[in-house]
Amino acid sequence: MAFTTMVGAKIKRREDPRLITGRATYVDDVHLVGGLHAAFVRSPYAHAKIVSVDFKEAKAKPGVFAAYSAADLKAAGFEGSMPTAAELPGLQKPMHPPLALNEARFVGEAVAIVIANDPYAARDAAEAVVVTYEELPVVIDMEKAAEGGPFVHSEIGTNVAYEMPMKLGEVDEAFANADLVVKQRIVNQRVVPCPMEVRTMLANWEPGPAQLTLWASTQIPHLLRTNVAMMLGLNETKVRVIAPEVGGGFGAKLQFYAEEFLVCWAAMQLGRPVKYIETRSECFQNMTHGRDQVQYVELAAKKDGTVLGLRMKIFSNLGAYNYMLTPAIATFTPMMAPGCYKIPALESHLIGVFTNTVATDAYRGAGRPEATFLIERMMDLLAAELQMDPVDVRRKNFIAESEFPYPIVTGLTYDSGNYEASLAKVLEVSDYAGLRAKQAELRKEGRYLGIGLSTYVEVCGMGPSAAMPAPGWDSATIRVEPTGSVTVMTGVSPHGQGQETTFAQIVADDLGVPIDSINIIHGDTDKVQYGVGTFGSRGTAVGGAALKLAIRTIQEKAIKIAAHQWEANPDDLEYKDGKITVKGDPSKSLTTAEAGFIAFRGINLPAGLEPGLDATRRFEPPNFVYPFGAHICVVEVDARTGEVKIVKYVAVDDCGPIINPLIVEGQIHGGLAQGIAQALFEEAVYDESGQLTSGSFMDYAIPHAEQLLSFETDHTATPTDVNPLGIKGVGEAGTIGSTPAVVNAVMDALAPFGVKHIDMPLRPEKLWAAMQPKKNGQVHA
Amino acid sequence: MIPTKFEYAKPSSLDEAFALLAEHGPDAKLLAGGHSLIPMMKLRLAEPEMLIDLAGIPGLTGITVRDGRVSIGAMTKHATLAASEELRQHAPVLFEAANALGDPQVRNRGTIGGALANGDPGCDYAAVMLALDATFTVAGKGGTREEAASSFMVGMFETTLSPEEVLVGVSFAAAPASAYVKYAHPASGYPLVGAAVVLSMNGDAISEARVGVTGVGDHAFRAGSVEKALAGVRPSDRTALEGACAGSAAGVDVRSEPAAGAGYRSAMCDVYVSRAVLAATRG
Ligand SMILES: Cc1cc2nc3c(=O)[nH]c(=O)nc-3n(C[C@H](O)[C@H](O)[C@H](O)COP(=O)(O)OP(=O)(O)OC[C@H]3O[C@@H](n4cnc5c(N)ncnc54)[C@H](O)[C@@H]3O)c2cc1C
Repeated sequence: MAFTTMVGAKIKRREDPRLITGRATYVDDVHLVGGLHAAFVRSPYAHAKIVSVDFKEAKAKPGVFAAYSAADLKAAGFEGSMPTAAELPGLQKPMHPPLALNEARFVGEAVAIVIANDPYAARDAAEAVVVTYEELPVVIDMEKAAEGGPFVHSEIGTNVAYEMPMKLGEVDEAFANADLVVKQRIVNQRVVPCPMEVRTMLANWEPGPAQLTLWASTQIPHLLRTNVAMMLGLNETKVRVIAPEVGGGFGAKLQFYAEEFLVCWAAMQLGRPVKYIETRSECFQNMTHGRDQVQYVELAAKKDGTVLGLRMKIFSNLGAYNYMLTPAIATFTPMMAPGCYKIPALESHLIGVFTNTVATDAYRGAGRPEATFLIERMMDLLAAELQMDPVDVRRKNFIAESEFPYPIVTGLTYDSGNYEASLAKVLEVSDYAGLRAKQAELRKEGRYLGIGLSTYVEVCGMGPSAAMPAPGWDSATIRVEPTGSVTVMTGVSPHGQGQETTFAQIVADDLGVPIDSINIIHGDTDKVQYGVGTFGSRGTAVGGAALKLAIRTIQEKAIKIAAHQWEANPDDLEYKDGKITVKGDPSKSLTTAEAGFIAFRGINLPAGLEPGLDATRRFEPPNFVYPFGAHICVVEVDARTGEVKIVKYVAVDDCGPIINPLIVEGQIHGGLAQGIAQALFEEAVYDESGQLTSGSFMDYAIPHAEQLLSFETDHTATPTDVNPLGIKGVGEAGTIGSTPAVVNAVMDALAPFGVKHIDMPLRPEKLWAAMQPKKNGQVHA
Repeated sequence: MIPTKFEYAKPSSLDEAFALLAEHGPDAKLLAGGHSLIPMMKLRLAEPEMLIDLAGIPGLTGITVRDGRVSIGAMTKHATLAASEELRQHAPVLFEAANALGDPQVRNRGTIGGALANGDPGCDYAAVMLALDATFTVAGKGGTREEAASSFMVGMFETTLSPEEVLVGVSFAAAPASAYVKYAHPASGYPLVGAAVVLSMNGDAISEARVGVTGVGDHAFRAGSVEKALAGVRPSDRTALEGACAGSAAGVDVRSEPAAGAGYRSAMCDVYVSRAVLAATRG
């Protein structure tokens, strides 16, 4: 059989048949004998003193087993706080009890847990719990919260959780010498992650072996295990976390939720399995939200478009508590604000603020979309001010291909890039010149076409351990089984990223085994060696790199085995087309499976070589990776209604060499949908009293298929030397690149109306208002 | 879906349904497609103790066209209307509304009777029924009554149906020159503005227009002043058309929500009514 190359091939995802035929197992599909169900009593107030919790009526309901409040946790000896992994100088870390203790600080915060024999009885009983609240003053607006009271945590006497000032390069000089300074206040609105599968969990305590098992819809099974063990004071080896099929996470399942702790704790109290499947309404209120920054930006430039410096004051709305990475997310924003450009001086003041809202945390892009949006909007505003083509302003400031690795002013070092190549490609594929001509023509007819460009670079493949709040490495184990099948255990925890396919492709090529005999195992801490998980577009860039190292170890051992059979020198042997051969002599060969069997059988092994053919390796990335790309979005805005129609979208992305084009395209498509949706549709709104008014799919607009279009995607492939695969992450790139492209397009369409900037989401009403004839000299915007 | 506890019955005749309604009083609710009722039960905003499923009662489904009149059974599904060649010919306004309503799952379960009986201020069909000047047939224990669409709709989630009555069908005169256009809420898909227009033409000028609007006020309404102003207008004269459609929501307490404030919604009402008129002339 001829050797076929899997890497680079458009192979359909191996995980899809089970997913699309309903044969996959999610947490809610796991049923344990004697299983009980939890429901939560949640605060209807954004800020309130909890005067009393009365379970009398609830406990008398049929089927009810138990009900606990914070007082019961305390009585049972638990007084801990949910952890945060973020470390920042001066960070305020107010206590975050798993059940609200004394005070509730956002609408939806859990006040009590009720456990019954089915979800209906549990919900009925939760409704019968009588909680007496005393309302406290509420603070929702992050800028007001930063100024003073009312305080979310009165014991710390401030709503400012941390401040991160930076002044780098000759900023004052840059602004003093500038021909012009462009200023803009930019709101990067709060959005809700909305994975298809809500938060789901099932805990089982077996008193005999003193073993706790938690099935959870999580992106980080091992980190969750460590945290659960620490919180409950258990021997970590007696805690097992299983992430079965996970129906999307987008960063919001890179978390240790109070509910996850509470089902474990309750299962241990009751000696019975406890399951909790939240409702969609609860998911809206309680799953961490994303984004939510207010940015004051100034860009100093010369008349020819050269950028001299960037100044920013950024408020980040943290919500009511520090969750796992809450305070850390926005720190990426000033760090990545220079984007693709040589910006020599930068001043930033980042302020993390507590408010009476649910916590924000990682959401697809996590701090980098906010940076890209900031700089890409500013570049367009600069272009408009100078009456330059947005393409030219960007070209003027691009870091050149020859300059990589390129240290930017904030201290990060971009690994590799060719921004001109992706820009040139997107201009060509979209026929930019033709689009501009068409735009001019249509304007004569009173039709408003807008062309938006975004050239982005992002940081991912998280990341070097020294630069991370959690370990940054990841792991892989490869076992060649006696029959020649290959088991792979990866420390990353794919939940839609397709590594069951891409990892198998890599192994198939490198070890010459049929793809169907490769099994990729993940998401079970009792099966898989410790791994850090899937987030920050690291699955392949870090987990895949670890796999590559393990492959090399397997190959080295297999070569030693082959050399021994042939009485050859291992140095004269190599893997070629998936087989071990003598260099330059293809007549003799040994397969990995054959070497594996020899290793298993334990006969004919070189002296001193252990039996068995397996390896566990870890990859510690020396740097982040920096994927980039250029997107063009073309919109038409209906001047009578303000409705936006996207008529063309071209994305050229560069994530290095591509292992599976179908999967990369899929990641880009999903990312584009989410990024476009932030630009046009999505917005989490809390009213002044702290009620989430966009708390259902009736109000919160995630994109429908018919609101999008068929994307055109293309790529360039610039390798990195950060990892042995030469690849960069692609999970978040589409989201990061697309939002500014859409907004730039709409602003371009509205330029004839004198409109410069409108905050997202670009609801038709806002655009319509901005296009109304100017009344009393006032410009709507 | 975690509703409160309820019982379920599936009567096989209207009389049986009436008996169940009488027995359970206000604790009972009729169930048609369930696509308004069940979401409310899921949120525990509706907590009926008895669901009386109309699906087992014969004679409540189907579309018939006889002597220029179209009759539709209350339990006819949106999907059936959306696929009906007869409707496309005889009442494009309803055909288009059915196609613009919800998504395939909703259309495959939800019914025209349930949609109208529910009295949702965003019911697409409500505008259509007004423009068609439809007649509703309502059955009760004491017999059957007929009511004009215009008096059936009273307010937000409020109709003249009593809890012990069943809407059995609607009928209207065929209206080949008609159209429905909709400005959908980006999240829910319900109309921010839904405009239904039925025209009689005299050459290329409008001789008579009936205009129903939904989604704008607390219930659907006829845009009377626009109807008057449209008489004699040639839709090809855009200025005249837009002039006639101006103020379509005048006098209406226009709803305001994040997706569309009252001022914007009123302005969009004019735009969509004029678009519906144009669409109806093309038919
Ligand atoms: C996701 C989603 C999107 C939707 N989008 C739209 C949209 O864009 N436009 C739109 O107009 N609608 C929309 N709907 C509502 C849809 O049209 C429903 O099908 C309809 O409103 C209710 O019809 P049903 O047959 O499902 O009634 P049910 O939900 O079963 O009943 C609704 C109410 O009417 C009563 N009832 C039902 N039938 C009768 C009868 N024959 N006589 C007396 N009372 C009766 C019931 O007791 C109940 O109170 C949407 C619904 C969903 C879930």
